[in-house]
Amino acid sequence: RGKRRSTYDRNTEEQMLEPTICSLRGYCSGIEYCDSLDQNLQMVEKGTSLLKKMEISVAEAEKRTGKNAVNMQETYTVYLIETRPVDAASEGTNPVPDSLWRRYSEFELLRNYLLVTYPFLVVPPLPEKRAEFVWHKLSADNMDPDFVERRRVGLENFLLRVASHPDLSSDKIFYSFLTEENGWKETVFETGFQAKADSRLKALNATFRVKNPDKRFAEMKHYGDELQSVISQLLRVRARAADRLYGVYKVHGNYGRVFSEWSAIEKEMGDGLQSAGHHMDAYAASVDDILEEEEHYADQLKEYLFYADALRAVCRKHELTQYELEMAAQDLTSKKQQREELATGTIRTFSLKGVTSKLFGQETPEQREAKLKMLETQIEEGEELVKERNAECEEFVKSAWVDIERFKEQKDHDLREALISYAIMQISMCKKGIQVWNNAKECFSKM
Amino acid sequence: MSGSVVDNTVSSGNSSAAIPTDVSGQILDLDEDDDLEVFSKDTTLTDGSSFNASMQTSPASMINQYKFEEDADTKDIFVTVDNPESHVTAIETYITYRVMTKTTRSEFDSSEFEVRRRYQDFLWLKGRLEEAHPTLIVHPLPEKFVVKGMVERFNEDFIETRRRALHRFLNKIAEHPIFSSSEDFKIFLTAASGELTSHKKQGPGFLSRMGDTVKAVAAAVRGVRNRPQEFTEMQEYVEAFSQKIISLDKVTQRIVREQKEYLEELKECGPTYALWSQSEEELAEPLKNVAGCVDRCCKETEEQVKNLSDHLIPVLHEYVLCADTLKAVLRRRDNIQADFEAKTEALATKKANRDTESKVLSLAWASLVGRSPEEVKQQKLKGEIKEMRDDLDKAEDRLEWANNALKSDWTRWQKVMRTDLRSAFVDTAERNVSYYEKCLAVWESFLHSQRTDAEGNGKVDFS
Repeated sequence: RGKRRSTYDRNTEEQMLEPTICSLRGYCSGIEYCDSLDQNLQMVEKGTSLLKKMEISVAEAEKRTGKNAVNMQETYTVYLIETRPVDAASEGTNPVPDSLWRRYSEFELLRNYLLVTYPFLVVPPLPEKRAEFVWHKLSADNMDPDFVERRRVGLENFLLRVASHPDLSSDKIFYSFLTEENGWKETVFETGFQAKADSRLKALNATFRVKNPDKRFAEMKHYGDELQSVISQLLRVRARAADRLYGVYKVHGNYGRVFSEWSAIEKEMGDGLQSAGHHMDAYAASVDDILEEEEHYADQLKEYLFYADALRAVCRKHELTQYELEMAAQDLTSKKQQREELATGTIRTFSLKGVTSKLFGQETPEQREAKLKMLETQIEEGEELVKERNAECEEFVKSAWVDIERFKEQKDHDLREALISYAIMQISMCKKGIQVWNNAKECFSKM
Repeated sequence: MSGSVVDNTVSSGNSSAAIPTDVSGQILDLDEDDDLEVFSKDTTLTDGSSFNASMQTSPASMINQYKFEEDADTKDIFVTVDNPESHVTAIETYITYRVMTKTTRSEFDSSEFEVRRRYQDFLWLKGRLEEAHPTLIVHPLPEKFVVKGMVERFNEDFIETRRRALHRFLNKIAEHPIFSSSEDFKIFLTAASGELTSHKKQGPGFLSRMGDTVKAVAAAVRGVRNRPQEFTEMQEYVEAFSQKIISLDKVTQRIVREQKEYLEELKECGPTYALWSQSEEELAEPLKNVAGCVDRCCKETEEQVKNLSDHLIPVLHEYVLCADTLKAVLRRRDNIQADFEAKTEALATKKANRDTESKVLSLAWASLVGRSPEEVKQQKLKGEIKEMRDDLDKAEDRLEWANNALKSDWTRWQKVMRTDLRSAFVDTAERNVSYYEKCLAVWESFLHSQRTDAEGNGKVDFS
């Protein structure tokens, strides 16, 4: 079996991305945790993807054993990442690629960093952590060589997707993930990204309480939910059907056995039976390749199952920024109201202060003066905050929507390709079936 | 088969002239006694196995008919079974089938007949043929009761499957050189219901049939001593064949089960793609298209499953029943031989007794009482021996007849079996090819639609 390339088609991706305008620059300047264009990133030009300059692949997988955090022996798999400058290859020389080993948990760390750092982008997903949607013959074991191989392809796909993204590909941490074996983890932690991650509670709260989210994002979130639900269902149904199909083919192997035994007691019929039996065996064996191909299709669907999650994450982040804006605005309004009440002496809204002042007498003019001054400061700060958050929100919506549009196009293209490749698989399966049964028919007619 | 069945040749002379040359195995030496009467071949077999009045042939000429008149190309009788109908009476409900016959045979009064028959009538016919020809192979009937998986006796599928099997049964009878000229067969095909009922009442009585059974059991208990090698080989073959055909039946049923389960799962795929298409814009069209393709493949798979159930499984099942028939035929042949062996032994014993007795008598009585009482006794013994001799000759005839009939019919059966099973498997393979071809067309049309779409939009490069 040759190494299977990931589904990602570099050429088409680039074709699609070129007209995309990267609005990252504008957003970045206002936000401290975004990567600025570091002069050290010599290899990456502005506005293009890393992939134009560098060949990336996940070439191999290997088992390792070592001591883990709690000092226990564990076995894990590492993957070899190879990189090579594009220019070098096209010049005719074929230098040895740079390479380093990474394990799955490091990929996870990279992705978490990207999620926190670029919350307005639909971050490409990793292949599944544990085998799901498994049918009986397929192993659920993470150490199973078939699973490892499919994961290798999935990881390569992930890297290629990141490297071809107009914004993500220029990330420093991503670049060092590909090039610096030692100390990368420390570098990531040093960015302090973990502190910037939104707590789930905060996010959930925002989702429930936000009053005016952008309609498009609400629709997108809903779409993400539907996509996840329907792809899950499709994967489940497909896995069950694959299981059954396996059974159908394999039972035909019994024909082979019985025909062979029967041919032993027949004179004229013997040859025809015997050779027909061989074709039945071939038919039974052919299902293994067929279903392996279908797993590849399932992996393509799974990628978009997980992409749906990334899409929803962007929408949730929008809800959060919008909510925080709304909170700031609400706070400002209430402070302004308080000022008005204090200035005019009228109590328009029920407040404990109002009640107590009625009961125990009004404050002294000095006290009122002090309060008013404080309020004015707060209001000033509040207005700044609202302006800030408003800008944040607008920028987020602008950048996120651009990436969502980019994602939509990519999804439509990729899934259409996947459906086409599924049809091609079915055609191949039918052709094999026709061949086997025609051969069997010939043998039977010689019975 | 053409020509009249009635052949009035009666062979005389000693028995060796009547034995056709293709009888292998032992030829019994029956010429030891000079005072044996030359006897003519009896046209009826004794001991209750009735033989139709029209069968005026000797075994020899019958076997000649086997060898030379077997070509199926000059088929002169066509039988169909169709049009099942339900009949309700006060006592029971049953199904009748229309049996249509078209023939050019002279022994039929007309060239076309149409009658209605129920399953019981088929059973009766089969029984009659087996009685008349215990060592010929009668094609099996579909089973009396419902096979596993079905509950309702009057279920449409069950009736249709049975109808097809009954049709095959009658055609096998019509194609058989001996059976097709059976009077019972003719009556079955042509008589009105009332006539058939009264004809059924004739034939060997209950008691003689009982006598048959008793003799058969006795013979079975006794067992056969010198079974000819070829029949032992036949039995071994039948044992092995039976196992293989049962296995094939089981494997095929298992395939049907697995395919049904596959179909159940596949039926959910199409709707899932359709559901997905509702959330999409650009992808809606290809997704709907795929949903349609999957649904069409489902239909083809459903048909494929039905084909297997309707065509391959019944044939395999019939040959499972055939294997049982063959075992029964071999058993009956063995019984006939056992009967003959027993009678041979009995006669030998009797003769030995006569000899010893005569010696003893002549010594003891010669001087004392003279010859007359001894002569009387001798005369009596002679009579008994003659009777036993007659019996034995008949048994020998029956055995020869049975062996030859079986051997010829065995060759015939093997040919028919080979043809039937070959065409059943070829048919199955063809249907499988057709199934895959149809599914192939479905998916190719999808690809084509995507290609024309894409090329129109300038989107995708299919190289």
